[in-house]
Amino acid sequence: MVVQQENGTPGQILPPVEKEISDELDMKVKKYLRGEVTNLGDVKDKKLKGELGVREEFYGKSAQAAAKAEKWLMPSEGGYLEAEHMEKVWRIKQEDIAHAVDISSSRKQYDIVLPELGPYTLDFTSSGRYMAASGRKGHLAVVDMNNMHLVRELQVRETVRDVVFLHNELFFAAAQKKYVYIYNRDGIELHCLKEHGAVLKLQFLKNHFLLASINKFGQLHYQDVTMGEMIGNIRTGLGRCDVMKMNSFNGVVALGHSSGTVTMWKPTTSAPLVKMLCHHGPVSAMAFHPNGHLMATSGRERKIKIWDLRKFGVVQTLPGHAKTLDFSQRGLLAAGTGSFAQILGDLSGSQNYSRYMTHSMAKGYQVQKVLFRPYEDVLGIGHSMGWSSILIPGSGEPNFDTWLANPYETSKQRREKEVHSLLDKLPPETIMLDPSTIGTVRTPTKKEKPTKQERQSEMEAAVDAVKGTTLKKKTKGRNKPSKRAKKKQEGIAIIKRPFLEQNKKEEEMAKKKQKLSQEVELPAALQRFARKKAM
Amino acid sequence: MKVKVISRSTDEFTRERSQDLQRVFHNYDPNLRTQEKAVEYVRALNAAKLEKIYARPFIGAMDGHIDAVSCMAKNPNYLKGMFSGSMDGDIRLWDIASRRTICQFPGHRGAVRGLAASTDGRVLVSCGTDSTVRLWNVPVATIVESDDLSNTSSEPLAVYVWKNAFWAVDHQWDGDLFATAGAQVDIWNHNRSQPVNSFEWGTDTVISVRFNPGEPNVFATSASDRSIALYDLRMSSPARKVIMRTKTNSISWNPMEPMNFTAANEDTNCYSYDARKLDEAKCVHKDHVSAVMDIDYSPTGREFVTGSYDRTVRIFQYNGGHSREIYHTKRMQRVFCVKFSCDASYVISGSDDTNLRLWKAKASEQLGVLLPRERRKHEYQEAAMNRYKHLPEIKRIVRHRHLPRPIYKASQIRRTMTDTEKRKEERRKAHSTPGSIVTRPLRKRRIIQEVE
Repeated sequence: MVVQQENGTPGQILPPVEKEISDELDMKVKKYLRGEVTNLGDVKDKKLKGELGVREEFYGKSAQAAAKAEKWLMPSEGGYLEAEHMEKVWRIKQEDIAHAVDISSSRKQYDIVLPELGPYTLDFTSSGRYMAASGRKGHLAVVDMNNMHLVRELQVRETVRDVVFLHNELFFAAAQKKYVYIYNRDGIELHCLKEHGAVLKLQFLKNHFLLASINKFGQLHYQDVTMGEMIGNIRTGLGRCDVMKMNSFNGVVALGHSSGTVTMWKPTTSAPLVKMLCHHGPVSAMAFHPNGHLMATSGRERKIKIWDLRKFGVVQTLPGHAKTLDFSQRGLLAAGTGSFAQILGDLSGSQNYSRYMTHSMAKGYQVQKVLFRPYEDVLGIGHSMGWSSILIPGSGEPNFDTWLANPYETSKQRREKEVHSLLDKLPPETIMLDPSTIGTVRTPTKKEKPTKQERQSEMEAAVDAVKGTTLKKKTKGRNKPSKRAKKKQEGIAIIKRPFLEQNKKEEEMAKKKQKLSQEVELPAALQRFARKKAM
Repeated sequence: MKVKVISRSTDEFTRERSQDLQRVFHNYDPNLRTQEKAVEYVRALNAAKLEKIYARPFIGAMDGHIDAVSCMAKNPNYLKGMFSGSMDGDIRLWDIASRRTICQFPGHRGAVRGLAASTDGRVLVSCGTDSTVRLWNVPVATIVESDDLSNTSSEPLAVYVWKNAFWAVDHQWDGDLFATAGAQVDIWNHNRSQPVNSFEWGTDTVISVRFNPGEPNVFATSASDRSIALYDLRMSSPARKVIMRTKTNSISWNPMEPMNFTAANEDTNCYSYDARKLDEAKCVHKDHVSAVMDIDYSPTGREFVTGSYDRTVRIFQYNGGHSREIYHTKRMQRVFCVKFSCDASYVISGSDDTNLRLWKAKASEQLGVLLPRERRKHEYQEAAMNRYKHLPEIKRIVRHRHLPRPIYKASQIRRTMTDTEKRKEERRKAHSTPGSIVTRPLRKRRIIQEVE
C-alpha cells in the first residue's frame, strides 16, 4: 500500500481519491480568493492588523464555501468532445455530433437560408435566450432561441450594418444607413440617434448603460441610454474603422485600424489608453477572452495573434485569416473566413491555442459574423445566405446564475432585474484598464518637495560641515591666517551656491505668478492696455 | 468519439406550478461578474446616500410639563415607561409608545432635582430643592395598559424631610438602598425616615451620584469642587477622588464594562475613566461647544448619549474621540437630561423648553418589523459601506451633518482657540531649554490631582 503524504501537512494522511478532491478544491479556492492574501506582517497598527486578520479569515472561508458549492452543488456539467482510437477531433463533422447527442441538443443545429437580404450579423442577449439578426439589406429579426419562436421581424428598407441588444431583450439598436435607431421588441422605432452619424459598428456596455459606436469618419461616440446624455465624442483620427470590440472585463472599447494598430478607449479621455501595433496589414477582427487577459486579433497579412493584455505582448501567432473572431465563455476561439469556421482551443491549459473543431458551410457562403451563444454549446454564424447554428461541445458555461443572466427569466424577474441593474449603473469613470484599482489607496509616487525651512536647515548643516573641516598645514607663506580664512570662506560660498540659486528661482516664479494673477484681475475692457508679454 | 453538450430541459429550471417559488441557481464564478468591485463601490455609495435620505431621527415631542425638565429616570422593569421631573415640582410617568402621560406624582414644592427607580420597577424615589425625599408606588404596567386614557395621580408612599436641598438621587442595583446627593452624600433605606449612612469629603455640594451596575456597593459622585469621587458602602469613608480643572455635571457607568465610567464635564468634553486608574482619562470625547449637562450609556455599552447646554444631543462611541451623531431641532433649548432607552434603539432628551423629545438612536434605522429579505439588504448595505468607508466620496457623505449656525460658528472659534494654544505651546517649547517644558497629553491635562 502506498501512503501519500501532503508536503504541507505532515501527519495528515489521505486516501488518493480524497487527496485528488482536496487538490481540486484548492485550485477552485484560488479562483474565488481573487488574488493574493494580504501580507499582514508589515502592518504596524495592532488593531488594524487584528481587523484585517479577521477579514482575511472571512474571505478564506467564503472562498472555501464557494469552491465546495461549485464542486458539489452545480446542477449541470460542461460539454466535451474527445476522440477515440485513431480519430482526430477536428475531423469530427457536425453530422456525427448530431447523431451522438440527444434530440433537444441536435435541434440547435440548423441553417436558416435567407438568400436575398444578407449578409447577416447577429447578437445575443447576455443570457443567450434571444438573438437579434440583421441583414444588410434592411432585415431585422428578434428570435427566442429557447423555442425558436420569431418574436418580431421588420424590414427597414435601408442598409443595416450592425445590431446590438441593449440591457435586455426589450430594446435593440441598429446601425442603419445614416443614423443609429433604437427599436423595442415590437419593432417600434423609439429613438433616432443622429449624433452618431453613419455608424459601422455598435457595442453596448451593460454595466454602464453606454452605447458605443464607431462611424465612418472614425469618430467614437458613447451615449448613456438611460438619460440620453452623450458621454463621450472622440475623434480617433485614424481613419475609417469597422473593427470594434468591448472588453467586458473592464469596459474598455478596442478599435482595430487599417494601419494595423489596435487602440483602446474610455469615454472620459480623448487620447487612447493603449495604442499597440498588432499587425503589418489592416486589422480585420478582434475578440476578448472573458477573463479580460487575452486578446485575439487577426490581420489581413494572414495572421491571427493572441495577446496577453497584462504585459501587452504576443503569446502566440497562428497562420490564417479571420474576418470575424469570438471567444466563448469557456475560452474557445472561433474564427470565420470565407465559408469556413475554425474553432481553436486552449486544450493543454497553457495558453497554447490549437485546432479544436472545424466547420465548412456550402460553397459560396461568406461568413459575416461568428458569435458564441452564452450558456450553451452553440456557435451562431451569420453569413451571406442567412444564419446557421452549429454545436461546439465545451464552449459554453454550463451553469447560469439566476441573478446575473437567466435563460428562463420570467417577465416579472426581468422587470425586477432592470430596476436593480439601473440602481447599480456604473459611472463612466469606472472604465479603466485595471478595474481592481477601484476602492484602493493610491500610493504616493512623487516625493514631496522639501520646504523652505528644510532647505534652510540643510544649507546650515552643510555650512557647518565645511566650517568644521580642518585645513592642511601648508608651507610658509601659504599658511597665513588670512589665506586660511579666505579658503574657508570660498568653501562655504561653493556649498551655499546651489541653495541660493534655488531660492532665487523660486522667488522669480512667485513674482511671475503674481504678475499673471494681476493680469487676470484686469476687467475685460482694460485688458487690451495690459503690457504685452515678451514672446 | 465521446461527446456531451449542454442540454437543459425547461422543466428542471422552471417551477412546476404557478404557486411554487421561482427556482434560483447560483454560480459564483468571478469571470461572470465583470467589474464587481466597481459595482460594489457604486452600491456602497448609493447605500450612503440612501442612509442620508432616510436619516430622520426625530420621532416626536412629549409635552405636558409646564417648566423645564430637570431629570429623568428609566423604568428598568418596563420598556415603555419613562419618568420625568421638572423644575416646578411636577413628576410624570410617560408611555413612550403612545407619547402620553400615564400618571402624575404631585407633591414637591420646589424643583425636582433627582429621580430614580428601583431595579424591580416598583418604587420611584424623587428628591428636590424642597429638602424632601419622596418614595412613590409605580402603577403596575398592566393596569396602566387597561386605562391609559385616565390621567391618574398617586400619593407618595413616604415623605422624608431632611436638612438640606438635594441635587441628585440614584438607586442601588438589586438592593433597597438609594443615595442622595446634596451638601453630603446620604445613603437611605426604603423603610427608614433617616439616612442609614452619610459620607462627607470637603465642604462643597455634591451634584450627581451614580451607582455601579456591576458592584452594587460602589458608587461615584461628582461635586462642585470639580471632583469626581468613588465610594464604597462597605467602608466608612470615601475611597478615591480625582480633581479636575472644571466641574463634572454627570457620570455614567458603562454597563458592559462596569469598571469604566464616563464623566460629562463643564468644559464641553466627556472623559472616560477606568475607575482603577484615575490619574489618566482613557478617552476624551470632544465635540460639544458648551457644557455637557447629562450623559447616559446605551445598555450595549458601545455608545453613550450626551445632552448639552448648546441645545444639542450627541451620540458617541465608547472609545471614539468624536461624536457619530448630532441631534438638534429649532425648538429644542438647553438639554438638561438625556436617557438611552432600555432596548438601545431610542434616545430621550428633556430640555429647557418643557418638552421631552424622542429620537431614534440610529438616525436612518427602519422602524417596525423587518422582513428577512429587508434585513439582509440592510446588512449588505452596511457591510458595503463599511468596506468603502475610507474612500473620499463615501466618507464625505457619511460624515456630513447639518449644524445650526451658532454651533457651527462656536465650534470654529473653539478650533481656532485650541490651534492657537497649541501653536503657542509649540513656540514656547521651541524657545526654551530642551526638556524644561513638558506637554501633557489631553487625557491628563485636565486632571489636577488624584486623592486617595
